[in-house]
Amino acid sequence: MITRREKIAGGVANFIDERTGAAKWVKKNLQKVFPDHWSFMLGEIALYSFIILLLSGTFLTFWFVPSQEELVYNGSYQPLNGVKMSAAYESTLNISFDVRGGLLMRQVHHWAALLFLAAMVAHLMRVFFTGAFRKPRELNWIFGVALLTLGIVEGFLGYSLPDDLLSGTGIRIAEAIIQAIPVIGTYLAFFAFGGDFPGELFIPRIYTVHVLLLPGIFLALITVHLMLVWYQKHTQYPGAGRTEKNVVGYPLLPVYMAKAGGFFFIVFGVTVLLGAFASINPIWIFGPYTPTQISAGSQPDWYMGWLDGLVRMAPPLETYLFGYTISWNILIPGLIVPGIIFTGMALYPFIEAWATGDKREHHLLDRPRNAPTRTAIGAMSLTFMVVALINGGNDLIATHFNLSINQIMWGTRIGIIILPPLAYVITKRICLSLQRYDRELVLHGRETGRLVMLPHGEYIEVHEPISPEKAYQLTQHEQALPLEAPGPDTNGVAPRGSLKSKVRARLSKAMLGEQIAKPTADDVKALEGGHH
Amino acid sequence: MSNQLEPLADPGLPHHVHRKADTDPAAEKRAERQVSILFLLSTAGTLLFIYSFIWIPTDLFVFVPLLGNINAHNLGIGAGLGFALFFIGAGAVHWAKTLMPDEEVIAQRHQMRSSDEDRASFVETVKAEAGKVQLGRRSMIKRSLGLALGLVGLSPIILLRDLGPLPEQRLLKTTWDKGVRIVTDPGNRPMKPEDLEVGAIAHVLPQIDDPEHRKLSDIAKDAAILIRVRPAELKLSEERMSWTHEGIIAFSKICSHMGCPVALYEQQTKHLLCPCHQSTFDVPTGAKVIFGPAARPLPQLAITVDSEGYLVAAAPFDEPVGPSFWERNI
Repeated sequence: MITRREKIAGGVANFIDERTGAAKWVKKNLQKVFPDHWSFMLGEIALYSFIILLLSGTFLTFWFVPSQEELVYNGSYQPLNGVKMSAAYESTLNISFDVRGGLLMRQVHHWAALLFLAAMVAHLMRVFFTGAFRKPRELNWIFGVALLTLGIVEGFLGYSLPDDLLSGTGIRIAEAIIQAIPVIGTYLAFFAFGGDFPGELFIPRIYTVHVLLLPGIFLALITVHLMLVWYQKHTQYPGAGRTEKNVVGYPLLPVYMAKAGGFFFIVFGVTVLLGAFASINPIWIFGPYTPTQISAGSQPDWYMGWLDGLVRMAPPLETYLFGYTISWNILIPGLIVPGIIFTGMALYPFIEAWATGDKREHHLLDRPRNAPTRTAIGAMSLTFMVVALINGGNDLIATHFNLSINQIMWGTRIGIIILPPLAYVITKRICLSLQRYDRELVLHGRETGRLVMLPHGEYIEVHEPISPEKAYQLTQHEQALPLEAPGPDTNGVAPRGSLKSKVRARLSKAMLGEQIAKPTADDVKALEGGHH
Repeated sequence: MSNQLEPLADPGLPHHVHRKADTDPAAEKRAERQVSILFLLSTAGTLLFIYSFIWIPTDLFVFVPLLGNINAHNLGIGAGLGFALFFIGAGAVHWAKTLMPDEEVIAQRHQMRSSDEDRASFVETVKAEAGKVQLGRRSMIKRSLGLALGLVGLSPIILLRDLGPLPEQRLLKTTWDKGVRIVTDPGNRPMKPEDLEVGAIAHVLPQIDDPEHRKLSDIAKDAAILIRVRPAELKLSEERMSWTHEGIIAFSKICSHMGCPVALYEQQTKHLLCPCHQSTFDVPTGAKVIFGPAARPLPQLAITVDSEGYLVAAAPFDEPVGPSFWERNI
């Protein structure tokens, strides 16, 4: 029996397939398998908050006026009546006080932006610490780094648009960074602002970049990013039954679709609840931008905080050469260090592959402890960022905890040099300890906490063997040996490119040199043979 | 290390454990009910949203514990819409977790790399096509095309030329000049020395004909501060001392680091602090940097009084104000 509903569905499917030939592709991909793990949802949160940003942002454009034309406010927010301000700021006040749902959408937009950046950073950390960036996924890693970089820029431009006192101060600082670029900086600043700071052209210009240019690039990059995930199939955590050659998980339809779709609504719902309950960026309190005013405790959004913290802790260095000025106090923290960080991040997969000599595809994720050096590098970088971020809020920390701002500044200046290497060493040691723990667990089982007295009076703690699945999970990883630098030949002549191979051997040793030997089948057998 | 040794064997995917709803019809019914309840909660959220949007006035504030006084309209529509969306998601996820098939599926992966035949035939095709175009032989075409493409790539940069004027002398000059009166900001009132007590600070601008239409880009360079201390407390060179008047000393308010207004004055220590990056300037020694990232003192403005006894600038700034830039000549 064919029901009426089936007939209609069949008709639609037929119409589409005869014009696109989609049936074959859809049939194949409806059964596409997605592995399940909570950490795979971080990237999803980034994607969903981007969609929320598109929706709430479109709403805001219906009322926002991207203009720095000066006018006098006369509206429903009494405290600012009669105050001179830009049309951009006035329209933001109107959205907040006169458009129903305007304040909610503004707050949702801002919260979603914070979430977007936070989710991208968390996703990046998951990908880094599990080694998901390894071949064949290096390109997707680079797209990810590009998305994060553009995300920071997009967020900065976004919160600059309302032209309030706080964001105007941020633009002033951005102008100083542009102006500090040697040789062409002054010209770039004049071109960006259409003349002297602040002028009347900057807000309309960054508006176009914020709502059209960058979102367009985002859409393109996200599309490619997701297409590659789809095409290369998702990575999976190691475990019994999971290999480099298969992918274990749930089919796209219906389970993954329902979970992912449901999760979109959950993220959207939570963002809206944040917009409802938690006030964010109350621009009416800051007042309109004017270059002569400032409020104490000026803070950028969190994802810019580390940059601001670096700028704050920079030493007061300027060089004056032949009548020209180089502002190291701005260039180093504002451009050079971020440049090194983001370039290093983009190149990392290639550096690691070069050091380990590993050219194979990897679809099984690493447990962070089994890649101690990588994990330590990650912890070191995070420590650097966190110290910088702390200094970005040094004024607030000083006032909240009654500390001297000078001491905090000196603490972070010293800390940013000492703490990251310390984090590296400690993390590496922790990873090796965990490897040792895994070895113990496989060889001697789980401690049960049960003490037993033997007939001759000796007390022992009973160990319980772990399941074969667990034992496999703890031992499935491979432990590659470091590459050796080729030594001199029989005539004592060093091989060509010997410096390069020496560097490579050194890196390789750092990467793979220290491992706790994992238990082998023989070890386990030997133990079972002589079990006590 | 143990690379060559035999690793532990893979025991294979663990045996699937069925959920309660898979085996017990009562549990299945219960799960179904729970999913429906979640979807109904979403409906209630939407109703709250619609009610709040239409009937709660936008200027009504209510007190909510922990949150303080907040706007009832925003709270109502936000909570309504938030719950409406959240519970759709919660319902879908609960549905997927309790009732949809939960048996894991295994799919096979294939290497990304194309097969050797495909790669070989790809190379051949490219070679053959390139041969047809004869790119290798037509080096004149190749070079002139390269030149044309390179040059046309310049045009967007040229097109953007009118984004702004050239900097010229704009960063070097401010409105301040010899004899320009110092007026308060805000207020635009001329000042006499007695308007400023010892220990006080005044935010000032140069007097202009039409203060109602002062341009922000002028303010961004002109803003200055007057601070009065006891003349004996100033530790300045003789020349700089002559730039002050009865213990009143004037500095550019625009931070020499990144251009924020240096607006915080600590009367006790006589320090000026920039709230952006905490550069600290010592007033008695001519705003020398004593802490933070700024590399230069705030430019000092020479002041005096005119024939009517009003404070005026004795000369323009002798250096550019604000952040550093390449052409800045010390």
